[in-house]
Amino acid sequence: MTAMDAIMTDANDGAKYEPKPEPGIKLTEAQLRARRARSIAIALALGVLVVLFYIVTLVKGPGVLVRPL
Amino acid sequence: MSVALTRAEPSIAGVGDYLELMKPRVMSLVVFTALVGLLIAPGHVHPVIGATALICIAVGAGAAGALNMWYDADIDARMARTAARPIPAGRLAPGEALAFGLTLATGSVVVLGLLVNAVAAALLAVTIAFYVVVYTMWLKRRTPQNIVIGGAAGALPPAIGWAAATGSLALEPVILFLIIFFWTPPHFWALSLFRCADYARAGIPMLPVVAGERETRRQILLYALILAPLGAAPWLLGYAGAFYGIVALLGGAAMIALALRVRAEAGGEATNKHAASKRLFGFSILYLFLLFAMLLVDRTAVGLLGHLA
Repeated sequence: MTAMDAIMTDANDGAKYEPKPEPGIKLTEAQLRARRARSIAIALALGVLVVLFYIVTLVKGPGVLVRPL
Repeated sequence: MSVALTRAEPSIAGVGDYLELMKPRVMSLVVFTALVGLLIAPGHVHPVIGATALICIAVGAGAAGALNMWYDADIDARMARTAARPIPAGRLAPGEALAFGLTLATGSVVVLGLLVNAVAAALLAVTIAFYVVVYTMWLKRRTPQNIVIGGAAGALPPAIGWAAATGSLALEPVILFLIIFFWTPPHFWALSLFRCADYARAGIPMLPVVAGERETRRQILLYALILAPLGAAPWLLGYAGAFYGIVALLGGAAMIALALRVRAEAGGEATNKHAASKRLFGFSILYLFLLFAMLLVDRTAVGLLGHLA
């Protein structure tokens, strides 16, 4: 088989096959919406935590970790 | 060798379902009693530190609620009052609730320890562990004394608030602990009297299910008799003023009067058989709220008078 024959065969085979479905789970519209809402809530909670640590650090001053038990 | 693989369905749980796991109504009472403990403690606590402590206590209480719903999903599904909760209703997988509860529990204790103090964090950890392990996993399905001993978890928040402000404990938060501890049995047994069939169906050995209504009504009265003087103790010991004392005495007398009516209700007519129990259940919430609100009013008034003087 020549190189040209091989290319033609591949091209013909390609025309015969339909695109394969992507592997893995396909989320429904409701699942996507719920996941997005959860992601936003987690982001907000983390943001609040960052702000809280920042403010408390300001309140306690530089010696925030220097204290008795 | 073949291995059966099961794949969990992708979650459809919304943010509201997770919030419901945290039992917001219980959380509000926890935050309120912790706030009172925080504010009546001696000395000055920075508002940011106080707010941080309250947030951590609220999240810790929510974590305990989520872990309780994770463990109790089977009995929640059998009770009318709890069947619509996120796990039995199928909106949230048990594993999601477990992960959520453990994350919040760890996070709230660590943040409280880092930003406020170690004593408050240790007390919050004990509270969560007591509610989840001692009450939910151990006592709830085994003994009618479940809510008596388990009530300690619900009674600790004022002590956590006090510890957050002072870094230590004293007699005053112990009295607040005892008030909630002795308030819990008449409150929950009044509920269990008119939810008896529900508890029996779920196989939970609540006192009316195991010992009968008559014994439950007798024990409600006994606890009310202990609770009334305990409610007045902050005034009797000089921690609160006469205004608090009057409210506590009147409220305690009303609790005893309602408990007596519950006692007399035993063997009453079939129609509206549990009217007195429902009234005691409703009033017990108001009574506890009034006691703690009056402590707050009393302390604020004393502070204002001090400033004016």
